[in-house]
Amino acid sequence: MNQLLLILLFPLLLTVVSLFKGSAVSKWAFAASIVPLLFTIGLINKFVPDASTQFLIDLPWIPSMGIHFKLGVDGISMMMIILTNLLVPIIILASQKHKYSNPNAFYALIFFMQAGLLVVFTALDGFLFYIGWEAALIPIYFICALWGGENRIRVNLKFFIYTIAGSLIMLIAIIYLHLQTPDNSYDIASFYKLNLPANIQGWIFIAFFLAFAIKMPVFPFHTWQPDTYTEAPTAGTMLLSGIMLKMGIYGVIRWLIPVAPLGFSEWGQTAMILSIIGIVYASVIAFTQKDMKRLVAYSSIAHVGLISAAIFAWNVQGLQGAMIQMLNHGINVVGMFFVLDIIIRRTNTRDMTLMGGIAKVAPGLAIGFLILLLGSVGLPLTNGFIGEFLLLMGVYNYNIWYAAVAGLTIIFGAVYMLRMYQKIMFGELNERTSLFGDIDLTEKAVLLILCVLVIGIGIYPNPLLHISEASVINLIEQVNQKILVK
Amino acid sequence: MNTLITLSILAIVVLYLGLFKAKKALLPVTMFGLAAALGLAVIEWNSNAVPIYSGMMLFDNFAVAFSSICIFSSMLILLVSKDYFERISEHVAEYYAIIIFALAGIVVMVSYHNLSMLFIGIEIMSLSLYILAGIRKKNFASNEAALKYFLMGAFSTGFLLFGITLLYGATGSFDLLEIKQYVISNPTIISPLFYGGLLLLIIGLGFKVGVAPFHFWAPDVYEGSPTLITAFMSTVVKTAGFAAFLRIFLICFAPLHDFWMPPLLVMTVATLFIGNITALYQHSFKRMLTYSSVSHAGYMMFAIIALGTASVNAVFVYATAYSIASIIAFAVLILVKRQTGSDSFDSFNGLAKRNPFMAFTLTVAMLSLAGIPLTAGFIGKFMMFSSALSEYHIWLIVLAVVNAVIGIFYYLRVVVAMYFKDAERSIVAESPFFKVVLALSAIITIILGIYPGVISNLF
Repeated sequence: MNQLLLILLFPLLLTVVSLFKGSAVSKWAFAASIVPLLFTIGLINKFVPDASTQFLIDLPWIPSMGIHFKLGVDGISMMMIILTNLLVPIIILASQKHKYSNPNAFYALIFFMQAGLLVVFTALDGFLFYIGWEAALIPIYFICALWGGENRIRVNLKFFIYTIAGSLIMLIAIIYLHLQTPDNSYDIASFYKLNLPANIQGWIFIAFFLAFAIKMPVFPFHTWQPDTYTEAPTAGTMLLSGIMLKMGIYGVIRWLIPVAPLGFSEWGQTAMILSIIGIVYASVIAFTQKDMKRLVAYSSIAHVGLISAAIFAWNVQGLQGAMIQMLNHGINVVGMFFVLDIIIRRTNTRDMTLMGGIAKVAPGLAIGFLILLLGSVGLPLTNGFIGEFLLLMGVYNYNIWYAAVAGLTIIFGAVYMLRMYQKIMFGELNERTSLFGDIDLTEKAVLLILCVLVIGIGIYPNPLLHISEASVINLIEQVNQKILVK
Repeated sequence: MNTLITLSILAIVVLYLGLFKAKKALLPVTMFGLAAALGLAVIEWNSNAVPIYSGMMLFDNFAVAFSSICIFSSMLILLVSKDYFERISEHVAEYYAIIIFALAGIVVMVSYHNLSMLFIGIEIMSLSLYILAGIRKKNFASNEAALKYFLMGAFSTGFLLFGITLLYGATGSFDLLEIKQYVISNPTIISPLFYGGLLLLIIGLGFKVGVAPFHFWAPDVYEGSPTLITAFMSTVVKTAGFAAFLRIFLICFAPLHDFWMPPLLVMTVATLFIGNITALYQHSFKRMLTYSSVSHAGYMMFAIIALGTASVNAVFVYATAYSIASIIAFAVLILVKRQTGSDSFDSFNGLAKRNPFMAFTLTVAMLSLAGIPLTAGFIGKFMMFSSALSEYHIWLIVLAVVNAVIGIFYYLRVVVAMYFKDAERSIVAESPFFKVVLALSAIITIILGIYPGVISNLF
């Protein structure tokens, strides 16, 4: 059996099993979620890091409409599979402390979402990509709306409508591209081969960009994000910020720019400027937040803005930076939300001005938090550094002034993050924080794994960079040729 | 053809069963008869049919497919009707018989090959429906519904008949092929009578399928009729209406699309917006469904606007998906209303905790109606969008997307009520028949959503 198919189908199997599993589903879910990770390691071993597409699956699905169940893995997809299958077990382990009502449905939805995400990251057929895109959205809507906070219904409705509106516009673009293919196909290779006029490509670019910009989110399409992150249950926030927003970034790399290269050369700069505005805007707002979850949510907009700016610069450094930073951001943001969850659960507030002195009573937590935070602000020898360095280099090669503005994110990030750390961890203990217990074994395990990843990738990122390099160079070459011909 | 005969005989048999008070036998006999009719329809698939009865009818694949789906949906609805009709009336046999009579009319409507048969089919169906709408004789709303439906229906039949007459005046024939010949052989000098007839025909058929601006009877009639009859009207009857609409356009009027395109475009856009925006403001689930059914008529119009061989597939898939999902919605509505006495959204509060299975199937139905992937409704919308885009109606599609988003808004309301709101109520009792229908419909919806190849490529 094709290994990729195994990786895709296994989470679906887990969905069904966890629905009907009796007691102790949460421990079982963690153990089960390790299996796709093991498969992924097997997949990496067999993977040859050249530019080719491997583990190809191509089955006819709706032949009369030219729709195929076609998936494959190249270096870019490989990174995304690693991201997904690495983070899902961590997220499940991190949710062990919560006593969710109806845990069977909860874990079933997580596994279903995992399957949808994997389809998005490996699909080579436009229709299949769209199906995966929505299949990942429905479970996260239910996760956030069922187990979320007070305003969950209103906030998640906004989120759902927002993203569905974006993706329907993308669907139109996909159908349009399909109708232009000479061989009645949804195959991405046929989409790449199309040589549509520049103005049409401009429209295609806009349609795809809307869907992806809403998902990432890029300024000014970000308004759903802080509310949704804040109201979602911790696992939901982690899934959204750690994995789901990467769907948008991946979409830009795989679909948006290569499918509409002339549209990119026309609108790419606008998209880049929007991303950079987003960086500054989100950073400034993050300064003013008292709510810790909101602060991290805004910082996430800033980080993602930098990734997207570097992609629109479209050079090797920028794209390679994006690839590795997607993984790093996933690890760091999941870690941050995990730490915040620990603190919020024990103090019953998200307001950081009400805290203080936790480092004294919980030294273990303080160390773990610090490492994750430094990774997040991009200190050298942490994973964030290598990612942001490459990203800024990518933007710098494109335009030095853009890089100067985008570089502010690092300074801003350091300021608001360290300020948050200081408010929570240092200072005097008060009645809220004096009874704060240090982290227990499960929490230690999660923090340890995350910190090892932060430092490990920071010191030796080369194997990861190597996975995607050939595919990235190939993709850039392919697009640049089309733009140059024009 | 045997289907039509079987249905007619079945209806009369059921009437006699009522006469002899054989209430227990009603449902089994009806189901058996309908299954036989369905079987007889299906075996005529690909039988290279030729027009029969002096060219009056043609039981081709088109007719087979649409009769089958109409009969199948009716079977699902009648299965749910177990002990529903008994609650409203003593004379249960009437319901069964009249529904079967309506089905006979529907079979004629989807297989006509002569405009007089179109008229006869529509009339057989409509007369049955007038009675069904008003069958709760002592209920005010039901009477209002019947009267409104009858007046509006008679009015629209007038348009239809006048249209047919004008077409006859221009072409000298009721036969579809003759009319087609006339259109093809006179591309430049088509008589003004013909255009007039075509417009009146559009108005008449537009009334029957409920597209704006001829839709205003629909919400009141749907709301006033007994819920199961509403289910029948908004699924089976609508499907048949579109089949009839599509059939004549496909055979006769395709070359004239420059003429009928502008009015149909306006009607479609109006239908989408009126249906969706009004549905958004409803507090009653039933009324929301009736307005949403108006908006679905708008989506189905896409197939006629982008007329071609793909249209039949698109309408068939869309109608199937829509019918099955609506049947779930109405079935759950009946149970919930029986318990709470109201059909507002609030009566669904907390349903997921009490009846998780029912809530799940209704969620599948709502996602399907909203056109979310992995359900049949998405495939239907996808095919409609594809066909309209293939004719480059980009603005129409953009407006349709806006409407699809509005649709999600109100379809999710009931899901929100079921899953995210609580209410102290007891468990809703569901009979085994309900369970079968709900499970079967949900499974069909998901299977068609995942592997639509089963029915998306029939023509």
